[in-house]
Amino acid sequence: MRTAARAAIAAIAFTGLVPGEAGAHLVTTGLGPFYDGISHFALTPEDLLPVLAFALFAGLSGPSAGRAVLFVLPVAWLSGGLLGLSRSTELLMPALTAATLLVLGALVALDRRLPMVVVAGLAAALGLFHGYLNGTAKLGALGLSGVAATLFVVVALVAAYVVSLRAPWSRIAVRVAGSWLVAISILMLGWAFRAG
Amino acid sequence: MLRVPALFLAAAHIQAGEASGLLTGFLHPISGLDHVLAMIAVGLWGAQLGPPAVWVLPVAFPMVMALGGTLGLMGVSLPGVEIGIALSAIVLGVLVLAEARPPLAVAALVVGFFAVFHGHAHGTELPAGESGLLYSVGFVVATGCLHAVGIALGVVHRWSPGRIALRAAGAMVALAGGAFLFRALA
Repeated sequence: MRTAARAAIAAIAFTGLVPGEAGAHLVTTGLGPFYDGISHFALTPEDLLPVLAFALFAGLSGPSAGRAVLFVLPVAWLSGGLLGLSRSTELLMPALTAATLLVLGALVALDRRLPMVVVAGLAAALGLFHGYLNGTAKLGALGLSGVAATLFVVVALVAAYVVSLRAPWSRIAVRVAGSWLVAISILMLGWAFRAG
Repeated sequence: MLRVPALFLAAAHIQAGEASGLLTGFLHPISGLDHVLAMIAVGLWGAQLGPPAVWVLPVAFPMVMALGGTLGLMGVSLPGVEIGIALSAIVLGVLVLAEARPPLAVAALVVGFFAVFHGHAHGTELPAGESGLLYSVGFVVATGCLHAVGIALGVVHRWSPGRIALRAAGAMVALAGGAFLFRALA
């Protein structure tokens, strides 16, 4: 876990060396690119919902998985973002977000414990993918750092809360939330392929 | 202080339409009495059946309803949608009235079957130009809240007078369903 923490600190420090440029179409708070990144994440449900879903899943998977996700997800997000900074994408965002939510919601709803390596791998995949999309949106290195910091806080709070749940009904409530995410993702697929 | 309005202005500019998508999605399931009664009846029935049905039914309904909504969005036609919705109120009301206790799988199938009609009706009525994700969030959360209302009301099932009251509520839902069916066939 210390290695993961060191990697996180190194990745965040590295962003200071990468020239960042705030995109004109992104949320501008007037407080600087770091806060623009935080606002972008908080106001972009396509990013926020999958992260919340993964935090729920990490919490249900136990403290070890939660700690791994806490570091892997922000680092992967940042890495993906840096990779995407100089690129553009034509990806079908709503359909991909729906697919991500469908998988994560199903994992939460089913409450299946997966090996920690698999959980960390899924976190890395989610982080790289969404981070890359953030990068192609020209969020800038500092903006990406803001996103990564917010991710860390969100995952820490949500996963820790879920880990702390002891009453059987409370875990069921989390699983119901997972089923809602599945329902949302199914509807989103309908929106993505809407007729007319 | 001057920064605050600027922040909101920026958000409103970038995320135009999203708040209305969330609100429209939330209001859609609660805007029709036929939908409201059926979804509350699901919660009432789940409360009567107890665990695990009390959470399996409200899990099954939104997921299958979303599937029906997707069919509607994709332009797949489904005959007799309004009749199906009216029948859902009648059947669910009668099940609550009779305090029916079928196996869990059968109960989930009944609820899921009618959820397709509710979802399809919503899917074909969805307004163009809204934020798909936020609309879906509002839509599913509202549906879940209606189930939660039914489950909360169903707490009275613990007491004898409460059980009678629940069954009376089921009768009222079934009667309302009859009126919906009359309207659908007229």
